[in-house]
Amino acid sequence: MNIVVCVKQVIDPESPPSIFKIDAATNKAEMRGVPPVIDPYGEFAVEAALKVKEAKGGKITVISLGVKLSREVVKKPLAMGADELILLDDEAYVRGDSWSTATALAAAIQKIGEYDLILCGREASDTNAGQTGPGIAEILGLPCVTIARKIDVTDGSARIERVTSDGYDVIEVPIPAVITVSNEIGEPRYPTIKGIMTAKKIEPVIWKPADISLDASKVGTAGQRTRLKKLFQPVYEGKCEFAEGDSAEEAAANLALKLRESKIL
Amino acid sequence: MAEYKGIAVYCEVKDEKMLPIAAEGLGIGRKLADELGQELAAVLVGSNAGNLAQQAIAHGADRAYVVDDPLLKDCQTDAYVSVMEKVIGQITPQVLIMGQTDSGRDLAPRLAFRLGVTVTMDCVDLAIDSESKRLLQTKPVYGGNAQAVFTSESNPQMVTIRTKAMTALEPDASRKGDITSIAADLQASDIRTKILDKVVEEVAGIKIEDAEVVVAGGRGIGSAEGFQQLEELAKMLKGAVGASRPPCDNGWLPDTLQVGLTGKIIAPELYFAIAISGSSQHMSGCSGSKTIIAINKDAEANIFRQARFGVVGDWKKVLPAFNEKVKELLAS
Ligand SMILES: Cc1cc2nc3c(=O)[nH]c(=O)nc-3n(C[C@H](O)[C@H](O)[C@H](O)COP(=O)(O)OP(=O)(O)OC[C@H]3O[C@@H](n4cnc5c(N)ncnc54)[C@H](O)[C@@H]3O)c2cc1C
Repeated sequence: MNIVVCVKQVIDPESPPSIFKIDAATNKAEMRGVPPVIDPYGEFAVEAALKVKEAKGGKITVISLGVKLSREVVKKPLAMGADELILLDDEAYVRGDSWSTATALAAAIQKIGEYDLILCGREASDTNAGQTGPGIAEILGLPCVTIARKIDVTDGSARIERVTSDGYDVIEVPIPAVITVSNEIGEPRYPTIKGIMTAKKIEPVIWKPADISLDASKVGTAGQRTRLKKLFQPVYEGKCEFAEGDSAEEAAANLALKLRESKIL
Repeated sequence: MAEYKGIAVYCEVKDEKMLPIAAEGLGIGRKLADELGQELAAVLVGSNAGNLAQQAIAHGADRAYVVDDPLLKDCQTDAYVSVMEKVIGQITPQVLIMGQTDSGRDLAPRLAFRLGVTVTMDCVDLAIDSESKRLLQTKPVYGGNAQAVFTSESNPQMVTIRTKAMTALEPDASRKGDITSIAADLQASDIRTKILDKVVEEVAGIKIEDAEVVVAGGRGIGSAEGFQQLEELAKMLKGAVGASRPPCDNGWLPDTLQVGLTGKIIAPELYFAIAISGSSQHMSGCSGSKTIIAINKDAEANIFRQARFGVVGDWKKVLPAFNEKVKELLAS
């Protein structure tokens, strides 16, 4: 079983919103003073890949696309148990949209050549789009199932539970296929000391656009089909009215009274 | 090359009914079409979808295109992508609006890439740029910490819209419009996936999407038992219980009760956030609530930035006393 997982590096989405800042000049977002992380849903995809590998054996290749990626961050999937890491790390990939990103990832997957499952997170924590997985599927002409909470691989097909708003669908899909993974798959495992040591020794393979037979006009900003016009932080003007009291119980009772006064209760 | 003109709204059909988000799409679609001086078309795909065309017209469409085929019954994305590729090729709209639903999340990006364009997912605002006449597509990014405005380079300019972000028009049954049938022409080979089962996890009581009062708990509730006190309050106020993601991930509550960006997006009259820090991703699902009330032991928690009323304290002490007082007030 050859499994490819696409994971990106992002600013830490779990940091408190109060340290989120946008640099107006560059339209770039940051979490002040907090280092980047592996995208959480990508991590769930790595976890899903490890579960399949445990059941069926095989090899997990991770691909990350970005510019000046932190080795420490992008090696986390290796420390969790993935086998190989390919980085599409080059200035040319800078500021791509979902079109140029999916195009580059699909080209890299084609170059890998052997794949049974391609896993992505259900959506990245920065773009919140959820297009990369379905995009790769369309470019490679593969079937696709999104928002998986369980993946069972049998001969030549996969049985997937897809999260819906009132439960889940059970879907059978022939492989190779693209699957996007949701958090219901289960908490990603922590890297073990042994895993971290192994990851240290694995040298990532780096592919520039030419290595995946892509013209510079197809990647990064040049390959975009969507333009970002503006990035801004919404402001909340509301003010919280605190109910107080000498004890928690008294504050609670005062809250109820306040709600009654405001005709909310 | 074909000329792309007009606004099209994909009106999602489920169980032979048009979803509310279809009317919301037609509402904003009407506004954009009027601004451009162009037509608004509704696209209905499904088994028995034909019966719904008049409803779409009543909600603002000038015409409706219907693909009605029993093979479309259980919403196989493969089939819908093929059908929509054909429909869009035929009607060549400048803008295509879909809904950010279970099916829209799957269908919209697949269709976009099939058509050679991208789609801006989960838009909360749509407008026409006065100079270029292109669609300005505003969507939350970074989990809701920011919003981005995008434009598409090519046609159709595709978007999905967030539930309840746009307003539907009052239906006007006297509105008239052409209804055109388009054949599905599905090949068996178009459909590679097979739906073996659809599991619905029923939750007792009022559905969280429909509730006027939602009592939600977070990681700080600590256990499934902890939620019983939230149930009690919900019962008194005839509301529903909800949660941030950790209680669902921990199995204290069913996943279907998760509120947020990747859960339910709700807008009740009253939203209680108890032991919820107020991450941007969680707030994405509840910031449309009329009044947010927060109980949190951390006075600096982000939830207080959006709450109207709050108590700083341990919910285990605050909530029982609050419930007691509410009971008393409701009885008086
Ligand atoms: C792409 C993406 C999508 C996501 N989608 C969602 C989503 O849809 N919905 C969602 O909720 N999350 C979502 N998340 C996760 C989100 O980032 C947060 O991790 C999550 O919302 C935190 O939940 P919480 O507030 O319950 O937990 P925490 O952030 O851990 O907060 C717990 C709070 O409880 C308080 N507390 C603890 N004990 C007590 C006590 N005894 N009394 C009073 N207060 C107490 C603490 O002060 C703290 O504020 C998503 C994340 C990503 C990256």
